[in-house]
Order: sequence, then C-alpha cells, then structure tokens
Amino acid sequence: MSFQALLFYALSALLLTGAGLVVSVRNPVHAALSLVLCFFASAGLWLLLEAEFLAITLVLVYVGAVMVLFLFVVMMLDINVTRMREGFIRFLPLGTVVAVLSAAFMILVVSGPYFGLEAMPAPPAKAADYSNTAELGRQLYTTYVYPFEIAAVVLLVAIVAAITLTLRRRPNTRFQEPSLQVQVRRADRVRLVSMSAEERK
Amino acid sequence: MEMIQAALGWLPMWLQVLMMIVLKIVVILIPLMLSVAYLTYAERKVIGYIQVRIGPNRVGPIGLLQPIADAVKLIFKEIIVPAGSDKLLFLLAPILAMAPALAAWAVVPFQPGMVLADVNAGLLYILALTSMGVYGIIIAGWASNSKYAFIGAIRSAAQVVSYEIAMGFALVGVLVAAGSLNLGQIVLAQSGSILHWFWLPLLPLMVVYFISGVAETNRAPFDLAEGESEIVAGFHVEYSGTPFAVFFLAEYANMILIATLSAVLFLGGWLSPFQGIPGLAEGALGAPSMLWLFIKVAFFLFLFLWFRATFPRYRYDQVMRLGWKVFIPITIVWLLVVAGMVVGELPPWFA
Repeated sequence: MSFQALLFYALSALLLTGAGLVVSVRNPVHAALSLVLCFFASAGLWLLLEAEFLAITLVLVYVGAVMVLFLFVVMMLDINVTRMREGFIRFLPLGTVVAVLSAAFMILVVSGPYFGLEAMPAPPAKAADYSNTAELGRQLYTTYVYPFEIAAVVLLVAIVAAITLTLRRRPNTRFQEPSLQVQVRRADRVRLVSMSAEERK
Repeated sequence: MEMIQAALGWLPMWLQVLMMIVLKIVVILIPLMLSVAYLTYAERKVIGYIQVRIGPNRVGPIGLLQPIADAVKLIFKEIIVPAGSDKLLFLLAPILAMAPALAAWAVVPFQPGMVLADVNAGLLYILALTSMGVYGIIIAGWASNSKYAFIGAIRSAAQVVSYEIAMGFALVGVLVAAGSLNLGQIVLAQSGSILHWFWLPLLPLMVVYFISGVAETNRAPFDLAEGESEIVAGFHVEYSGTPFAVFFLAEYANMILIATLSAVLFLGGWLSPFQGIPGLAEGALGAPSMLWLFIKVAFFLFLFLWFRATFPRYRYDQVMRLGWKVFIPITIVWLLVVAGMVVGELPPWFA
C-alpha cells in the first residue's frame, strides 16, 4: 500500500469515526467537537486530491467560524439529553430502515458503470508550482461569473433576512454615540461660576 | 544542512526525509520557546520601567534567570482538575490552544529559502490556523464548569470571531498587492527599498491588522476574556501548574506569531531597510538577513508591551463597535483603493 493510500484510509477512518460520534455521543458539546474532527478529516482528504485551496477554506470557514458559533450556542443551551433520547428505541426500527435504504441507494449508484477507477482515472499530478487558487479564481470570475454573482446575491439576501428577522426596535433603549462623546469639550459639561464667598452664619 | 544530510545517508530515504523535517521543526521551536520565556521577562522589565520600577532583578544577574525560575515553579505545581469539570476536555484545551500557535510557524519564511514548508497557500494556512486558537479558550471555559471561566470564554470567542473578519480583509489587501499567497513571494514583492515595503501603500491595513492581532491574542487593552476585576482571570481561572503554563506559552507564541506576520507582510520580512540607498546598500548592511526580520519582530513585540502599559481595558460594547463598525469598513474601503492602485499600476509599488 502506498503512503497516499495509507493516508486516505486513515483519514477516512477518522472521518467515519467522527461522524459516528456526532450522532451517538450524549453530550452536545462533544458532538459539536466530533463534527470539527470530521471537517478536519475531510479537509485532509481534499488535500490528498490536490485541492489545497478548498481544504484550507473548509478549515477556515467551517472550523474557524461556523463551528465556533455552533459551540457558542450549544454551550449556552441547557439541553436535557435524557429527554431527547426517550424516543431512541421506539424510532430505532424506522431509523434502521431509512439508513439501510439510503446506504443501498448510495452503493447502487456508486457501483454502477459510470463510477469506479476505470471510468474515472486519477488526473495526472500537477507540478509543485501549480497554483490551484489562481486557477479556481480564474474559472470563478470568467466561466462561472453569473452563477457566482447569483450565489453572492442569494447570500446577501439571506444575511439581510436574518438580520430583519431578529431585529427588534425597542424605543426605550438608550444608545451611546461615540462620535458625540469624542467631540465633547469642557465647556459643554463644566460651567465655572464666579461668586463671592458666602458669609458664615 | 548538507553535512547533516550526509550523516543520515545510511538510513532509508523516507526516514531521512522525516528526520530532516523533525530537525527543522526543532530548530524553529527551541528558539521560539526561548523567545517566549524571555518575552515574559522583557514584558515585566519594560512595564516596570514604564511604571518607574526596576522589574524582576533577584534571580540571576539583572533578573535574567527569572523566566527559568517561573517555568520550574509552574512545572512542579500540582495540576488541579476540578471535580465538576469535563476531565478529558479540561486537559485537551491547553493542547488545542498550543497546537495552532506552533503549527502556524511551518510557513513563516525567515530568510530567502529558509522556510519549513514553502506552501503556495501559506497566507490562507496561517489564517486558518490562527482562527483555530479560539477552540482552546472556548473548551477551557466550558470544561472548567465555572461561571467566570465560561463568561471569559464567551467573551473571547465573540471577540476573536469579530476581529478575524477585519484581519482576513487586511490579509486580502496584502494578497491583492503581492499577487501571491506564498509568504516568501509576498516578501520578494516588497523588495526595492524601505519605501517599497507594503507599510506605505497598505498603511491603514497594517494598523488594522496589528490591532486586530492584539485583539485576537486577547492582550491588553482587549483582554476582556481575562478581565481580572470582573471575572477573576477568565477562561483559565481553574487551571494550575503545567496546563496553565501551556496556555501562557500559547498566548506568547501567538504574540510572536502576530508580530512576525506583521513584519513579513508589511515591513518587508527579511529585507534590509538600507536596500536601494546608494553607498549603504552594498556590503553587509544592505544584504537581506534573518536579523532584519528579528529586529522588526522585536519592534512589534515592544508595541504589544507598550500598549499593555499605556491603555486602559476597553469596555465590551466598545470592543465590538471598534471591530465591526470601524475596522471592517476601513479595510473594505482600502481594499478598493489597493485594487485601484494595482490596476492603475501605481509606481513605485505596483509598476
């Protein structure tokens, strides 16, 4: 077995273990951390496919930002794990059927004539100075510029929608205006009064 | 280098490669750990002198052995694991804080050709790894099962995620200016003279990057995550002994990393400031060298200490305001300006 194959199997095993842990561990924080492990393993698999830009972006976006916010929320929620587990045995048969069916479909699709090593041979390895980032950018901004722009607009709409959904105007809330605070001069706040000393009675 | 390679010649090829990589890692990490130790010493001395004190001066000549004494003390202290804590995560957290702080050094170039891994996507790699450091803090806060630690962790996570955006945009500016994600190429793109370095065309980005770096490492004045007057010591209240020392090491290693990156990205890395000046550029002064990088790094580290001694801690809402409402707009506007300069091939940087 070549070194790359060894790496592939190690990373795949890590990915599957992580994915199993996500759904099986009791503690939601542990589940979120297992998901982080999954992202790492899949980033490693992408690196093996010479997609270093995508691999690092996966770590940057999902591990560095999305999962941090996930953990943030999961840690603050007081999730009663035992109550969530109540239906486990009752739904187990149904769950097993769904799992077996989807696994069977996937095996049917992947083992068909269109996949496999003969149908999809590995592309020749690129030279060391080949920059996959530049190539990706070129494709994104030339061939696929319209889908790219549409995706960007959809994301923008999603951001605006999320903010409008959570924005509540509370008229009583008092805000600070830092620009006004900075502009304050002594004369606005302090008035020096010249008065003669009062006589003591 | 060749000598060591020749000495290892009798080993199988893969083992030789492995040994060379491990050796290079050791050569990078041991000086790093020593710098961390003496950065704590420098911090106490500099802040001492700023506050008209002498600072540590008992252990060894002028207190030079103080960091060693501190390390020995921390190593021999008892490791207390709180009864209500999540034991596995409690002990995993310091490791998760430390690992990215060390792993990021793999792509940092010290001198022409002197880098552990000359990766094309080096800048992205750094950004991805520095964004992972927050896991150590969040997990420490949660696993301690203590309200102070938890509040510290929440504050820190919010702060790091906010400032990462500004930091990322500043790095995009560097990327646009240099036209490469490779740190070595970025340094080479700045060669010419001190005026060719990116600090001049990217001045706002440099300021934003460095301040975001201070915020990202949770250093004063952005150290709300450990605001001792409100939440005791923040995320590491429950830590003692070696795990505490590892958090400490990670924080200082991150400071050195941010300082090094600022030097590499904006102050021309290993390039000499005398380059391009007739009369001085010839000879040893004008030659690119690791020493120039170290001087620049020392300058940025001094800024870290100076900030800590000078500024009072930010209030939480003001930290968020600075990150979201000031830095992000500045970086976006300057990104457009940089793009314009690059497209317009503005001399002397982008001609």
